[in-house]
Formats: sequence, C-alpha cells, structure tokens
Amino acid sequence: MKNLWRTMIGKAAAGERTKNGRETGIEVSGLSWQPEQGSGYILNDVSCMFENGKIYGIIGPNGSGKTSLIRNILRFVEAEEGRITLDSLELKGYSRKELAREMALVPQNTNMETSFSAFDIVMMGRVPYQERFAENSDRDREIAEEAMRLTDCYAFRDKAVSMLSGGEAQRVVAARAIAQDTGWLILDEPTSSLDVRHQVEIMEALTKLNREKGRTIIAVLHDINMASQYCSNIVMMKNGRIHSVGEAGEVLTAENLADVYEINFDMIENPGTGRKYYIPYF
Amino acid sequence: MIDIKEKNGKSRLPGPEMLLIILLFLCIVFSASVGSSDLTVKDSFRIIAAKIPLVGKHIDISDLKEVYIKIVWDIRMPRIIMAGLVGCGLSVVGAVFQGLFKNPLADPHILGVSSGAAAGATVVMITGIGMGMSGLGAIGAAAFIGAVITVFFVYRISCVGNRVSTINIVLTGTAVSTMLSSFISLMMAFNHEQIEKVYMWTLGSFSSSSWTKVIFLACMSFVCIAVILFFSRELDVVATGNDTAESLGIDTAKVKKILIVMASFLVAACVSVSGIIGFVGLVVPHSIRIMSGPKHRRLLPLSCIGGAVFVIICDTIARNAASPSEIPVGVVTAVLGTPYFLFLLQRSRRKLVA
Repeated sequence: MKNLWRTMIGKAAAGERTKNGRETGIEVSGLSWQPEQGSGYILNDVSCMFENGKIYGIIGPNGSGKTSLIRNILRFVEAEEGRITLDSLELKGYSRKELAREMALVPQNTNMETSFSAFDIVMMGRVPYQERFAENSDRDREIAEEAMRLTDCYAFRDKAVSMLSGGEAQRVVAARAIAQDTGWLILDEPTSSLDVRHQVEIMEALTKLNREKGRTIIAVLHDINMASQYCSNIVMMKNGRIHSVGEAGEVLTAENLADVYEINFDMIENPGTGRKYYIPYF
Repeated sequence: MIDIKEKNGKSRLPGPEMLLIILLFLCIVFSASVGSSDLTVKDSFRIIAAKIPLVGKHIDISDLKEVYIKIVWDIRMPRIIMAGLVGCGLSVVGAVFQGLFKNPLADPHILGVSSGAAAGATVVMITGIGMGMSGLGAIGAAAFIGAVITVFFVYRISCVGNRVSTINIVLTGTAVSTMLSSFISLMMAFNHEQIEKVYMWTLGSFSSSSWTKVIFLACMSFVCIAVILFFSRELDVVATGNDTAESLGIDTAKVKKILIVMASFLVAACVSVSGIIGFVGLVVPHSIRIMSGPKHRRLLPLSCIGGAVFVIICDTIARNAASPSEIPVGVVTAVLGTPYFLFLLQRSRRKLVA
C-alpha cells in the first residue's frame, strides 16, 4: 500500500517535472549525524539545498564533514535528526535500487583488488537497471563504452583493474558512475590521484554532462582553483557545520577561505579572462 | 593462457564447462571401478547406468555377480557422490568467502565452522553419548550442531549494530577456532585412548558414507548453492567495495547476511559427514578463477564441478594408494593440491585476487 502510494506520488511528480521543467532537487534540513550513539556529532544542524542542473563543489578542511554529508545524501548512513528529501520525497521512501537510478557515486578510494577488467567495472554501472540473471544488452554496452571514452579510459578496457594506476582506476570508476545514467553525480574527491591534464579532463567531462544532459553534480573538492573554475555553487564546511553557501564567486573570498582553512589566501584575477586564482601563503 | 574473453560479450565458449562435466563423469566411473576388487570400467559403468531411472530398464546386468553390483552401488557410489558433494560445497563456499571478504586467503573454515564441528564430534567420541544413533550418526549430528552453534556465536559477536563487519567476523572466527582447537586438545589429553579416533576424524574421511548421508548432504547443498547462485551478480559488485555496491543499489548488509548464513550451513553439512578437509576451498576456486575470470556467475558453477572432480580424485587415491589401509583424504588434498596450485600460480600471469 505504502509502495503504491509512493509510486503514485512519484509518477505525479514525474509528470509535473516534464510539464513545468521543475524538479525540487535535494534538500538537507537540520541534519545532525553521529556515527554511533554518544560518539559525538560529525554533522551539526546542516541545512542546504542542491538545486537541479547546477555544479556544486563542497569544500572545507579535513574532518569538516564533507564526506559524511554525501554519505548521508546517498543514504549509506541514516541520521536520527533532520531529514533529506530528493524531489520533495524523503530519502527513506526510496528503495536502494531506486536511489541507484537517481544518484551515482565516485568514491574517495577507487583502489580495487580484483581481476575484473576495466570494462566489467564500468558495466556494473548498469546493474541498477538489469534484471537478475539478465545478460548485458547492446544498449548497456553502448552506454558503458561511451562513458569510457568520455573519461579517456577506453584504451585499457580489457586490462584488469588491479593492474591500473591510481589515476586510471579513478577514471574507470568515474566512467562507471556516468554509465549509471543518473540525474545526480556525486563525487568524493574525483581528481585526488589524477595528473593536471586528467583533472581538467574529468572536470570538463562533468561540465559537458551538466550542460548537455542536465546532470546535477556534487563534488567534494580539495583544489579551490578547480572549484572556482568549474563549480557554479559552493558549499563551504567547517567543523561539521555549513560555513557558507552560495554562488562560487560569492563564497570563494579570501576572508572565507582564511576563516575555514586557517591559512591566508591571495586572490589574483587574470585581467584577460577574468578568472580568479587562489594562492595560499606558506 | 588466460581465459575465454568475452570479446563481444555474446559468444561464450562452453568449453571449460563441458570439459569439466565430462571429466566428472569419467572420474565417477573410474573411481567406481577401482578398489580391493577390481572391475572393468565398462562393468562399473553398466552397473551405474542400470540404476538410473528410465535408462536403467534397457541395461541388462544379469551377467554380473550380485556382489559386484553391491560393491559398486552400495559401497563405492555413496562414497563417490559424497566426495563429489563435499568438494562442490567446499569450493563454492571458498569462492563466496574470497569474494565477500575481499580476501584471497579466505577458505570455508575461516569462520570457525570446522572447529565447531570438530569440537561437537570430539565430545561425542569421547563421552560416547548417543553412539547408537542411526542415519547421520551421533558424530555427524554433533558435528553439525557444533558447527551451527559456533557460526551463530561468531556471527553475533561480530555484528556491530545491524551490520556485519567483515574484518571482525574473520578475526572472531579465527580466535574462536583457536580456542576450540585447544579445547579439543585438552579433551584428547584427558582421554588418551580416543586420541587416534579424534585425530583421524579431523583429517577427514569418506569411509562412513551411506546413501542416507548422501541424501542429507544433497538436500542441503541444493538449497544452499541455489541461494548462493541467486546472488552471483551481487557478489561481483560487493567484491569491488561496499560503498560501491550500495551506490549501485545493492543492500550490502542483507546480501552479506544471507550469504554468510547459507555458506555456513553448507560447510557445516559437509564437515559433519566427512570431517575437516582442508585446502579444497582455497585451491579450487583460485584454479577455476584463472580459467573463468572473476565473474561469479561463471566462477561459482565451475567451482562446483571442479571441486567435485578434485575431491573424487583425491578420495580415490586415499582409499587405494595404501590399500588395504586408507590415507586420510585431507592429507591427499593438501599433498596433491599444493604442487598443482603452485604450478598454476607460476604459469598464470594474472594476479591471483578475489
């Protein structure tokens, strides 16, 4: 009965979406989370809104709760206080499989000790759509191959992932998330083990997905310059709380950065392009 | 060397499957014909075929002595089938644990199932409680109960909240195993006259096989393996990481629970009829993986057949090599398995990982 109700609401919402082009996005309100009872809160009364169609960067120092926030959004853990809604529907109302068709993750640790080939791994992105025991369809294969080309990992499609370098594995995992074909792409430091060229390539690929396919992107980033270059909006965190949210240009100020990272920053603007660069003092 | 690549994903060679199934039948027939009274392979094949429903009616074995029919069908066949089922069960569980715990060293005994079984069996052997029981036998029943209690115990301890931590469960299993082994040693120390019996049991043997035990084991294997095969895709994804599996829509906690419970029941059933046979669950899945690749949908069924072949061969050697006495089958599996395994390891350039 509950299920039926949910699918009815879901369908109604979907209908509305196509009519008005209006999706409500992900809303986090009053979220406080601790890993175990009495272990102390990692997230403290976090409220923020992720609107559809944008590119969000979550930044903040180590231990500020960035990863915890996205783990809550993905419902890997469930907080007792506060709530998270996806398109106005509480996260608890979705099944695991439904969520997997809404949100894809590129985790922080992409090191895999298995002999699956890169292609096998990307193909796993299709699991949320496949019936048990079903073979991979031609369409699944096409989607996977396209995703691999997008993140520049098609060349080593048959290589075992345990043999890949850290950066190659990260690109394979990014391709898997893209192959999952979800409205939301959530990335936990997607560029941490990439060289500069591949960092830019991944970020460009994400921007392209955002622009051409309307994917919403939430990325935890450590590189402030990457964030300022590619993100439309920034969520800045400190000590398990939201420090400031808003458009990239408003949030990324020398004062805010100094406040959050406790180190001073210089901001330089390229007079030709108008791009801003942030340089920390050592 | 490596494998049959799914280049376009469609055309798969049925090669290894067919080869292994043919090998399995050859092993069964050959094993049924060798022993203290030698029959020709042809005669043993006729006896086995005559017992198969439908086909059997057309095969006339009236020219063969009644005693030979008895030897093949009532003495050797239950033993062969049981060896096959145990090999099958142990290999599948080995493959499941290696994937689930992301640990290439995981084997079916890692959760303490086997030492639980041994402890149960030892108590019965030493105290002699219920020795008159028929069917599965008092020792088998005690071993099964011991195994199930141990796993339940290990499982409960290693649950954190609603979740099973894989590191916790492996560590708890190992610790409980060690404790139970010491308990067995202690009991043996106080009961010198039973030492040999207990010791031989822990090395594994199929000498007490019967059709009753075969039926028990076949039912258990069928249910447990069917459930395990049902989750082959989940196992693939879980082997690449828990967070990944969750983000791909898999309820990792639930899958782990079901698989651990099923695998444990299967090992408990195997150990209770045969004693502790080491090495099968480690070597067979790794050898098969070199041939099948890491996908569990192929790995698990192939491990089943491969495990059956391996243990049947080992048991045939165990009962014939030092005739009229027997070598414990657990010794044969290790002595035979190690060089073969090292040979494979040497030859394959593929890293051996779960």
